[in-house]
Amino acid sequence: MNITEKILAKASGKQAVCPGEIVDANVDVIMVHDLTGPLTVEAFNKIGTQKVWDNKKVVIILDHQVPAESVKAAELHKTMRQFAKEQKIQIYDVGKGGICHQVMPEKGHVIPGSVIVGADSHTCTYGAFGAFATGIGSTEAAAVFATGRIWFKVPPTIKINVEGKFQKLIAPKDLILNIIDKVKVDGAIYKSIEFTGSTIRKMSVAGRMTLCNMAVEMGAKNGIITPDETTREFLEGRVKSIPDFKKLQSGNDAEYERTVEVDVSELEPQVACPASVDNVKPVSEIGDVPIDQAFIGSCTNGRLEDLREAAKILKGKHVKDNVRALIIPASQEVYLKAMQEGLLEIFTDAGAIVCGSACGPCLGGHIGLLAAGETCISTSNRNFIGRMGSTQANVYLASPATVAASAVTGKITSPLLLEVKE
Amino acid sequence: MNSEIKAKAIKFGNNIDTDVILPGKYLILVDPYELGKHALESLDADFVNKAKDGVILIGGKNFGCGSSREQAPLALKYSGVKCVIAESFARIFFRNSINIGLPVIECKGISDAVESGDEIDVNFEAGKIENKSNGKKFQVEKLPPFILEIFGDGGLIENLLRRMNKK
Ligand code: SF4
Repeated sequence: MNITEKILAKASGKQAVCPGEIVDANVDVIMVHDLTGPLTVEAFNKIGTQKVWDNKKVVIILDHQVPAESVKAAELHKTMRQFAKEQKIQIYDVGKGGICHQVMPEKGHVIPGSVIVGADSHTCTYGAFGAFATGIGSTEAAAVFATGRIWFKVPPTIKINVEGKFQKLIAPKDLILNIIDKVKVDGAIYKSIEFTGSTIRKMSVAGRMTLCNMAVEMGAKNGIITPDETTREFLEGRVKSIPDFKKLQSGNDAEYERTVEVDVSELEPQVACPASVDNVKPVSEIGDVPIDQAFIGSCTNGRLEDLREAAKILKGKHVKDNVRALIIPASQEVYLKAMQEGLLEIFTDAGAIVCGSACGPCLGGHIGLLAAGETCISTSNRNFIGRMGSTQANVYLASPATVAASAVTGKITSPLLLEVKE
Repeated sequence: MNSEIKAKAIKFGNNIDTDVILPGKYLILVDPYELGKHALESLDADFVNKAKDGVILIGGKNFGCGSSREQAPLALKYSGVKCVIAESFARIFFRNSINIGLPVIECKGISDAVESGDEIDVNFEAGKIENKSNGKKFQVEKLPPFILEIFGDGGLIENLLRRMNKK
């Protein structure tokens, strides 16, 4: 079995499982946020069970519409706070956490080998730590609140094997955009994606999270990476106990539906053009695209490593006059470290605005929405029509370095063209 | 749930995502009928008027891709959509639709066989789809019995309540 099958077999009390089989699995952790949580609470109340099945396994994070931008959002937040209090559930409120997918691993809720579901499609991010993690809807989350169980169809797995060394200023984001270009947005529906190869083994936790985060943009049920020493280093001090990783390796008998080979040695900066995540081009083929806004943040690329890349570019430079540059650290922890390292100063000096840790403009909720006819280059994960505001706005997706370089020149620009002081 | 559904079709293309089905800015709405008023508005401002008397949505590949927002299938259901038939679905959307009691059927070849305005007959339990306007028929793979049961009960919560009462 491969790692995904091993985790699902264990969670459903079976010796072995195979793709296509439907299993009833125990859930180790469930997360809901401020936009999916209220519907979950409503459905949970309909079920009429007094208590959630295990209040230590439920996490609530307020991150989408925070701080509340309207009375309606404030009401939703109030609902979640009350529910958390009644049920004695851990809640990360405004100023205490940040974006759910960053907070979950940071605060020790992600353990390799566990089954994690979240009422958010990018829950697949936690596969970066060797967990089976996938997104579900609110009603299903309510059923998990009540029972602690969920059904899954065991997915067939696509292996994506990555070799080679990244050139300077080329990032995991460029890699995942390149992979999505190859696999396409519907290429992995109902399937699992396992990232393997020497490039992945050398990659930081932050980069692995960027890859697994965007697995869902190919339709995948989950993305997963075998846990190793890099994983252990991150987890130490965050989780109570780290499990034995030996049981979390894909076996020699592991079967894959297909294998996609990728070599990053010659990879150029990549950009996903409107309005599909697989409409990917190397930045050198983009032509002249002026921008109105540059956004660095989100659960895809709002981590410390991402901010450092952006700071390398922005240091001693200025955001072009007619461009707004928004920087949103993915969590309070990232914010604090970025402050201590002097990154926030670099951004502020350059004329970028740094906002509090939250989803921000990524889903067009609030902070930095786009007007009709405007163009934004963003480090987030979706460029769908209307995703960041007006349905007549254009969103391009790229790495933090490319977005920072574009903020400086005022048009989509390769970071390789700017002079960078290391 | 009645397993026979008859209605006129409205057809859309591939990769209809959840941001297009229901933009993020409406996620703070709680009343499902309010959500329904904004269904698919960025693709077709008049959709809500077309859908209100009951329609069957025909989609291409990867229908419902994107976010896990259950408000997307809810908005469709409460705008008047009786059933969605597509070449393929994004998995979270598919599960969400089942869980809130919006029938969804995967049917290869459907988008070439249907035009907007065609009269469609669906027998959900039997897995039969017929385009009354051009006579084309499809037999699709039946869903596992436990999923049909969820549909039969009107959604996951109703199903869970029934099962818990039985115990
Ligand atoms: S940052 Fe964007 S993609 Fe990530 S959880 Fe928030 S809204 Fe979703």
